[in-house]
Amino acid sequence: MEIKKKLLMSSKETRQDKFGKSISYLSIGFIILLVSLILYFIISKGLSTFTQNNVNVWDFLTKQDWSPSSIGKDGKPEVGALPMIITSFGVTILSAILATPFAIAIGIYMSVIAPKKGRKFLQIIIEMLVGIPSVVYGFLGLTIIVPMNRHLFGGTGFGILSATLVLFVMVLPTITSLTVDSLNSVPKYLSDASLALGATRWQTIYKVILRAAIPGILTAIIFGMARAFGEALAVQMVIGNATLMPKNLITPASTLTSQLTTGIGNTVMGTLGNNALWSLALVLLLMSLVFNIIVKIIGKRGSIK
Amino acid sequence: MLNAKKFISIISIMIISGLVLTACGNSNDSSKSKITAVGSTALQPLVEEAANEYQQNNNNVSITVQGGGSGTGLSQLQSKAVTIGNSDVFAEKQNGIDAKKMIDHKVAVVGMAPVVNKSVGVKNLSMKQLSDIFTGKITNWKQVGGKNQTIEVINRVKGSGTRKTFEADVLKGKSAIKSQEQDSNGTVKKIVASTPGAISYLAFSFMGDNTLQPISIDNVKPNDKNVEDNSWKIWSYEHMYTNKNIDKATKLFIEYMNSKEIQNNLVKKLGYISIHNMKVTKDANNQIVK
Repeated sequence: MEIKKKLLMSSKETRQDKFGKSISYLSIGFIILLVSLILYFIISKGLSTFTQNNVNVWDFLTKQDWSPSSIGKDGKPEVGALPMIITSFGVTILSAILATPFAIAIGIYMSVIAPKKGRKFLQIIIEMLVGIPSVVYGFLGLTIIVPMNRHLFGGTGFGILSATLVLFVMVLPTITSLTVDSLNSVPKYLSDASLALGATRWQTIYKVILRAAIPGILTAIIFGMARAFGEALAVQMVIGNATLMPKNLITPASTLTSQLTTGIGNTVMGTLGNNALWSLALVLLLMSLVFNIIVKIIGKRGSIK
Repeated sequence: MLNAKKFISIISIMIISGLVLTACGNSNDSSKSKITAVGSTALQPLVEEAANEYQQNNNNVSITVQGGGSGTGLSQLQSKAVTIGNSDVFAEKQNGIDAKKMIDHKVAVVGMAPVVNKSVGVKNLSMKQLSDIFTGKITNWKQVGGKNQTIEVINRVKGSGTRKTFEADVLKGKSAIKSQEQDSNGTVKKIVASTPGAISYLAFSFMGDNTLQPISIDNVKPNDKNVEDNSWKIWSYEHMYTNKNIDKATKLFIEYMNSKEIQNNLVKKLGYISIHNMKVTKDANNQIVK
C-alpha cells in the first residue's frame, strides 16, 4: 500500500517541471494577449476612418491632399495619404541603398579580412551607434546635415535627402551586424575548398562567401528597411513635414511617422482628424508585416542546400 | 525545490511590497487633494512654475502638470481623466469637444508676431501683404520691398494653437499654402534664424534675443502694450478648462493663477501678458469687445 502510494504520487521533480511549465505558459499567454490587444486597437481605430467617417479606401491611398481636420473644396475632409506613403518608401529605400555597400564592406572586413583586430574595434563602434537614441540623431541632423544641404543645394535644407542621410547612419549598424552574422555562418569548408582550388582571397570572398551569404544579407537589408520605415523622431526633425508630393530630394516632405508624431497631440480622440492618424498607423503596421513576410520567404528560399 | 521556493518567496515579496506601496499611496491620496493639468505646451511652463510656488505654501495639494497638446488636454478633460485641460484655443474651436460642459478660465494672453530671417530686408508689412505671403500669392521678397529672394513659408503643424490663432487673425478663413510644418516654437525660431528668405510666426516670449527680425504690421510694433488695446491684432488667450462641477482645491488653484501675485510677476517674467491688463476681450468667434 505504502509503496503503491509512493509510486503514484508525483515526485518533486515532476512538480518542479509542472511549475516551470505553467510559469512559461502564463508569460506566453500574457504576451499573446498583449499583442492581440494592440493589433485589435490599431486595426479597429484605423478602420474607423473608413467605416465611421465614410472615407473611401481608394481615395485614402491615392489622393494627394491631406487635411483631415478641415473641410476641403468638395465639402468633404481631405484624407489623401499618398504623399506620406511615397515619402516613407522613398527615404526607406534610399537609405537602404546607401547603407548596404558600406555594411557589406564593413562586414567582409570584420568576418573575413581581419576577424580578430577588426571585430574588436568595429564591434564597439557599431554597438555605440545602436545605443545612441534617435532624438540625438535627429538633433545632429538638424544642426549639421540640414545646414549642409541648405548650403550645397539651396532651399531650406529640409527634405528627403537630409532624412536619408540621417537614416543611413541609423540603419547602418542594423544591416552591418546582421551581415556579419550571415558571413560568419558561411561554412568554413566552402572557403577552404575555394582556396585549395587556387582561388585568391578576393575571388573566394566575391564568388563563394558573398554568394553563400546572399539570403542573410538580404534579410539584413530588409530589417534595416523596417527600422528606417518605422523611425519617427529623427526623421520628423529633418524632413520638414510638408504634406506635399515629393518633387525632388531637397524640398520639405512628410513621412507617415512624422505626420503621426506631429499630429497626435493636437487632435481629439474619436474625430476624423484622429482616426485618420490611426489609419496611417495601420498602414505602418501592415508594412512591417509585409517586411516580416519577405524575410520569411527569403529565409526559406535562399538557404544553401 | 530550492529554486522554486526562492521563486515563490520572491513573488510573494513583490506582491506584499506592492500592496504596502499602494497602501501608502492611498493614505497619501486621502490627505492630499490631487490636481492634474494636462495640455498646451505653450502654457505648460507658466502652470508648472505657478504649481511649484502654490505647493510650497499649500502642502495639502499635489499638482501634476503635463504637456501633450491642446487637443489632448481638452479630450482628457472631456473624458474626466484630468482635472484641468490647458488649451491655447477656445474649446468651441476644437473638433469633437463639447464646450458647453466645460468652464473656461482665461489665465494669460499671448501675443504672436510674424518673424523673418534677418537677410530679407523687410521690417514692415501690411496685413494684406502678410496674408498674401501665407496664402502663396506673394512668393518673392522683392514684391514687398525686400531683396530678390524666394519666400520660404514655415508653418506650425495643423491644429497647433499658435497656427489657429495666426490663421484666424491674419488669413481670416483663407487656407494657408502647403509648406514646411514644424511642431514647436523653438524649432521654428532656429529654422527662421538660419534659413535665408524664411518667414514664420512666434509667440512674443520666443523673440527675446536678436537672432531674427520681428515684422511690424501696418507700422504697429509687436509689443505687449499694443496687444493690450488690440492695436496689435494677433493674440490669443491661454485657457485652463475645468468641468462644471469643480472641486474646491482646483478652484483655489485657478483663483491663485488669476491672483495679482501670479499675474504681475510670473506671467510677465515668462513672457505672457497679464489678463488684468487687457482693455478688450475676444470671444470664441474672434469678435473683439471693448
